[in-house]
Amino acid sequence: MTYKVTEEGNVSTVFLNGEIDMDVTEKAKEVILPLVESGKEVHLNLKDVSYMDSSGISVLIESHQKALEKDTKVIVKEVSKSVLKVIMMAKLEQILNLE
Amino acid sequence: MNIEESKDFLVSTASLKEVRVFSREVFEKLKLEQDLKDELVLAIAEAAQNIVKHGYKGVDSTTDRMQIKISMKDSELEIGFFDKGKAVVPGNVQHRKLDDIKPGGLGTFFIKQIMDAAVFKKDEKGWVNHLVLTKKIN
Repeated sequence: MTYKVTEEGNVSTVFLNGEIDMDVTEKAKEVILPLVESGKEVHLNLKDVSYMDSSGISVLIESHQKALEKDTKVIVKEVSKSVLKVIMMAKLEQILNLE
Repeated sequence: MNIEESKDFLVSTASLKEVRVFSREVFEKLKLEQDLKDELVLAIAEAAQNIVKHGYKGVDSTTDRMQIKISMKDSELEIGFFDKGKAVVPGNVQHRKLDDIKPGGLGTFFIKQIMDAAVFKKDEKGWVNHLVLTKKIN
């Protein structure tokens, strides 16, 4: 997994790339959670994520819940078809902010 | 098409990608449709992850290996997982309730959603755990 972060005003956008499994979830959390904890609105762009398993879904849930605690939000954007299937299998499409 | 292929992997999170590559290669030979291949790869990866995460909980690193065997006979797909981790108590293998939104606990749910059956069997070849996933392929 690789990533890129861009900043615009109070919005940080994290572009994730590659496959997200248990081997890289700590790295993903190290990138995303500090941004959420700082109170910024965080956009997670998943258009280049080709695979995500339950560990990756856990990162999305943890980020979403941390954002609620911090009174901000995480928006999951441009979800690839394969990742959307996993999100829907977990019945999270109504819970996570998907755009 | 009937097929039987098996491969062993170091018990490590770093092996999960290798597990997916192996699975995709086998399913490519079986010429399964893409959506089905993706689901099956996810189920296999989740089961392998469970071995690393739960079977070796508290173990920083190990030289132990796990084996995955994929076979297809008469449209019945069978995927075997063999490991020497902590013995699994089948009754304790449960996923979290879906409406209890929290990180974790989804791997087993995904496996049950995708596969027809997931059963722990007694192994006679020296492994501790032998999980068998099956699915009828139309």
